[in-house]
Amino acid sequence: MSRQYETVIGLEVHVELATKTKIFCGCSTEFGGAPNTHTCPVCTGMPGSLPVLNRQVVEYALAVGLATNCNIHQYCKFDRKNYFYPDNPQNYQISQLYLPICHDGWVEIETETGKKKIHIHEIHMEEDAGKLVHDEWEDCSLVDYNRSGVPLIEIVSEPDMRSADEVIAYLEKLRLIIQYLGASDCKLQEGSMRADVNLSVRPAGSKELGTRTEMKNLNSFKAIARAVEGEKNRQIELLEDGKRVIQETRRWDDNKESSHAMRSKEDAQDYRYFPDPDLVPVVIDDEWIARVKARQPELRTEKLERYQREYQLPLYDAEILTGSKHLADLFEETVALCGKPKEVSNWLMTDAMRLLKEHEKELEELSFSPANLAKLIRMVDGNVINRTVAKGVFEAIFAEDRDPEQYVDEKGLRVVSDEGALKEVIEEILQKNPQSVEDYKAGKQKAMGFVVGQTMRAMKGKADPAVVNKLVRELLSR
Amino acid sequence: MANTISDETMEYVGILAKLELTKEEREEARRDMERMLDYIDKLNELDTDGVEPMTHVFPVNNVFREDVVTNGDDRENILKNAPRKKEGAFQVPKTVE
Amino acid sequence: MKNILDLTAMELGRRIKKREIGVAEAARASLAQMEALEPTLNCYVTINEKLVLKQAEKVQSRIDSGELDSPLAGVPAAVKDNLCLEGLPTTCSSRILENFVPTYTAEAVQRLLDAGMVVLGKTNMDEFAMGSTTETSAFGVTRNPWNPDHVPGGSSGGSCAAVAAGECFYALGSDTGGSIRQPSSLCGVTGIKPTYGTVSRYGLIAYGSSLDQIGPVGRNVEDCAAVLEMIASYDKKDSTSVSRKDCDFTRALVDDVRGMKIGIPRDYFGEGLDDEVRAAVLKAAEVLRDKGALVEEFDLSLVEYAIPAYYVIASAEASSNLSRFDGVKYGFRAKEYEGLHSMYKRSRSQGFGPEVKRRIMLGSFVLSSGYYDAYYLKALRTKALIKKAFDKAFERYDVILGPTAPSTAPKLGESLKDPLKMYLGDIYTISVNLAGLPGMSVPCGRDRKGLPIGLQLIGDCFKEKNILRAGYAFECSRSYEMPKMAQESAAGRMTDNVTEKGGGAGI
Repeated sequence: MSRQYETVIGLEVHVELATKTKIFCGCSTEFGGAPNTHTCPVCTGMPGSLPVLNRQVVEYALAVGLATNCNIHQYCKFDRKNYFYPDNPQNYQISQLYLPICHDGWVEIETETGKKKIHIHEIHMEEDAGKLVHDEWEDCSLVDYNRSGVPLIEIVSEPDMRSADEVIAYLEKLRLIIQYLGASDCKLQEGSMRADVNLSVRPAGSKELGTRTEMKNLNSFKAIARAVEGEKNRQIELLEDGKRVIQETRRWDDNKESSHAMRSKEDAQDYRYFPDPDLVPVVIDDEWIARVKARQPELRTEKLERYQREYQLPLYDAEILTGSKHLADLFEETVALCGKPKEVSNWLMTDAMRLLKEHEKELEELSFSPANLAKLIRMVDGNVINRTVAKGVFEAIFAEDRDPEQYVDEKGLRVVSDEGALKEVIEEILQKNPQSVEDYKAGKQKAMGFVVGQTMRAMKGKADPAVVNKLVRELLSR
Repeated sequence: MANTISDETMEYVGILAKLELTKEEREEARRDMERMLDYIDKLNELDTDGVEPMTHVFPVNNVFREDVVTNGDDRENILKNAPRKKEGAFQVPKTVE
Repeated sequence: MKNILDLTAMELGRRIKKREIGVAEAARASLAQMEALEPTLNCYVTINEKLVLKQAEKVQSRIDSGELDSPLAGVPAAVKDNLCLEGLPTTCSSRILENFVPTYTAEAVQRLLDAGMVVLGKTNMDEFAMGSTTETSAFGVTRNPWNPDHVPGGSSGGSCAAVAAGECFYALGSDTGGSIRQPSSLCGVTGIKPTYGTVSRYGLIAYGSSLDQIGPVGRNVEDCAAVLEMIASYDKKDSTSVSRKDCDFTRALVDDVRGMKIGIPRDYFGEGLDDEVRAAVLKAAEVLRDKGALVEEFDLSLVEYAIPAYYVIASAEASSNLSRFDGVKYGFRAKEYEGLHSMYKRSRSQGFGPEVKRRIMLGSFVLSSGYYDAYYLKALRTKALIKKAFDKAFERYDVILGPTAPSTAPKLGESLKDPLKMYLGDIYTISVNLAGLPGMSVPCGRDRKGLPIGLQLIGDCFKEKNILRAGYAFECSRSYEMPKMAQESAAGRMTDNVTEKGGGAGI
C-alpha cells in the first residue's frame, strides 16, 4: 500500500421497540407464530384500512432520544417512503424524513485509543417490513406479514467513527442505553437490533469525504467488524488500482466474508417521500418531555456508583455487572431475595461467565431465574451443601434453571454432618491406612490432611468439612 | 414554458409507478402530463414565499392508540383474497437478494 | 294513493315505522325499479340480489321487536363501490379489484347497517373515483336518468343516478374534488360533502386521503341531513376523524333564513359558466333573499389556482395510495410474467384503466426527486392560501352560494376526449375539498334540454347546519322532480302501489 488511508464510518441502527403491539394497529409483536397469524387489514395493507399511532412508540423513541442527548422536534410528522417490494404490503413504508422525532444528539464511547463523542444525526420512528422466505420447491417466495408494522426506531449517526473498534463500542453503548431504558432487548441475532454500515475511505489528512457504500445484512458484532475490515480493504484496493468507488448498497455475506452490490434497474432509489395524510402530527410539549425524563430509569453511571456505595462492591465487579442491563437486573433481583451482594456477584462474574464462554453464549442468553440462584446461595450459606457441590448445582441452574433444592435432594447431595455415619467412614479409612495414623502420632500434621481428603472423597464432597476435621482429629488422637 | 417530457423520464416514471404502458398509452400519457404540467405551472404566478405548506386542514394532533393487543389470529380472512397463497403465506415470484 | 317509489327516504322510514309499509315490500319495489331501469342506466356494479330480501326480513324483525328505532330503519339504499362491505365485492369499478371481497366493513356503512339499512347493491363510479362522468368505470358507463345519452357526472355517478331513478331511496358517495356534489347536480338530486373529518374514512378505498370524504346522496335536504347525522362519528380507527358534538343535523331543517348572510363569489360567475346555469343559480339566490337572507356579491379570489393545486395533491396521494394494488395480497394478478417486477408491472398495467394510469404517472412524477418542492410543496402552499381566502370570506358570510358545475350533464363520450376540459368542470367544487369545508348541491332548475341544474352551498368548517338550513329553505320553495323514465317505470307497476292507511295519515 503506497498511501495511508483513513476510514470514515457512519451507522444506521434499526432497533425494534419492546411494545406489545405494532406501531399502527392492535396486532401482537410477539416473536414466532405461524405465518400471518399476527396480522390485520392495517398491517397487510388492505384497501380502506388506516393507521393509528401507538403512543408507546413515541414514549420509547423520546426516551432513547433524551438518553442520547438529542434535541426533540416537538412538532414531528410521519412521511411515506414509496418503493415496491412484497415485504412492504402498502408498497410504502411509513417513516419520518422531514421532521424526525429526535435530532442532533451524541453518545460517548471508550476504546483503547481513548474517549470520543459519536454524534447522532437523527432518530426516527418507522414500521418494520414482513418476512420473505424462499420456497425451494416451487422456486417462489412466501410472504409473512407477522413482522410488518412492528415499531422501529432508526438511529442515524454522523460519520464520526474511524475503526471497527469504534463501531462496536458505539453499538455496545447504544445497546446498553436502550436496554437500560427497556425500549428494546437489542438482540442482533434475532434482528431486534440491526446495523447498516456506511463506509468510505480517504487519504489520511484529507478533509473531503470519499464516496461511500452502504453495507446491509450484518447479524452480529463479529460480522460487523469483519464487514468494516472487508469493505475498507475493498475500497482501498479500488483506489490503489486507480478505480472509483461506486455509491451503492451492498449485501454482506459473512460466510464468504465478502459483499456484493444489491442494485438493479428496477430499484430507482427515488422514494418520493411526502407527509402521510392518514396520520396527524405528533406534538410533544415540555411537560411530556419532563414526564419521560422523570420516568427515565437509572442509567449505567448512576448504577455503577450505587453498586459500590450500596452493595459495597469493588469497582471491577460493579463495572462488569452494570455493563449489561440483563446482568444487572439478574444481580439486583437475586440480591433482593438473598442479600449477600458479593456472593451473588461472585457467582455471576466467575461461574456464570465461565459457563457462557464454554457454551459460546452471549450474556443476554443467561436465562435462569434469580430465585434459583438465591436459593443456592442460601443453601451454601446454611451449610446444606458445600461449595464444591454447589458449583455442580449451579451448572444445572445455568443450563436448565433447575430448582437447587429439588436437584440436591434428587441427587442426594446434602452435606452429611451426622457424626455417627462419618465416624464409620473415617474408621474404615484409618484401617486401610495404618501408616497415616503412625505418621500423625509421629507428629506429621500433614497426615491429618490426607485422611480428611480421603474422607471427603469417599463422601463425594458431601461431608461437612468442619465436622470431618473435628472427627479425624479425635480419632487420630485416640 | 411548455413542458416536454423525455422518453427517459417516461421510462423512469414507469419504473417508479410500476406501470408498463403500450406505445399509444405512453404517448397519450406523455401528452396529458405535459399539458397538466403546463397548467400546473400556473401556480408559479402565485407568490407563496413564507407560506407554510398545509398538509392537514385542521390542527388535529396527537391521535394515539394505547399499547394493548386487540387483534387475534385473522389469517383466514387476511389470505381470503390472495391471488396465490401457500402454507399460510402470500406467494410471489422469487425475490432475489 | 301514492307509489312507494314516490316517497323520500324519511317518508318511507316513517311509514315503515308505522307498519304501513313492510321492509321487504320497500326492498321489492326498489328491486323492481332496478330490474326495469338497470339495462338502460347501469347504476350498479353489484346487486345484492340474494341477500336483499333476507336482510329486509331481519331488519323487519328488529323493527318489530323494538330494537331498531332509527328514522331510516328498513329503507333500501345503495353504497358506492369504493366503500368496503363485508361479503360483497368492492371493486372501485376497476379490473384490478374485480374479485376483491372485503372481510371488513367501512365505518360509515356499518353505522347505517346498525341503524337498519337494507343494502341494494354497490354503485358504479369512475375507476378509483378518478373522473367526473362515471365513464372511466371498467364495468360500463352509467347513464343519466334524465337523458340516457348524457353522463350522470362523477365520480359518484352510480349513486346519484340510482337515487334520481328511484333505484334506491338514498345512497352513499365519496367526494374528493366534487364527486358527490357534481353528479348530484347533474342528476337533479341533493348531495353533501361534509367537513373533512366528520365521517370516518375507515373502509373507504382511498384516492386522495387528505381530500376524501364520504357523504350522503338523497332526494332532498332532509334525507341527506338524516343520513349524515347517522354516518357522522368520531372513529378511533381514523386518525383524521374529528370529535364533534354538533352532529344533530336534522335540527337545522327550518324554513327560516332571515338574517342569514349569503355571499356570492363573483369569481364563480365568470368565463366558462353556462348562461342557463347562471340564471338558475342567481334565481335561487333571489328566492333566499326574498325569504329574508342578506345576499351580496364578493370576490373570493384564487379560484383559478384550485384545480392545478388539486391535481398535484390528489395525483401525488393517489400514486402512493394505489401502489398497494400489486397482485400480491388481493385483486388482479397478470397471468403471464417473468419475475417479481414484471408481475407488478403487468398486473398494474392490465388492471388499471387509462385515466388511473395517467394520474398515477403524474403523481409519481410530481413527487420524484427534484420536483417535490416545485410541485408538491407549492401546491400545499397554494392550499394554505385558498383556505385563508375562505376563512376571510366566512368572517363575513354564513354561506357561500354558487353553481355546483359550470354546465349541465355533457353527452356521453364528450368529456374524455379532452381531460383538461373535464378537469375544469370541477372548478367550483375542488377548492371546497382543499379547504376541508362542507358543501352541498341542491337541485335548482333545469335547462332547455331538460337537464338538471345544481345550486352549491358552501359553509365554514363544521357549519353544515348553515348550508342545511339555507338548502332546506330553498327546497321548500319548490317540489322534487323525478325523471320521466323513473316515474313511468314506477307507475307501470301498480302492484307496488301503496294505499294510505290509518285515516289518511300524512306523509
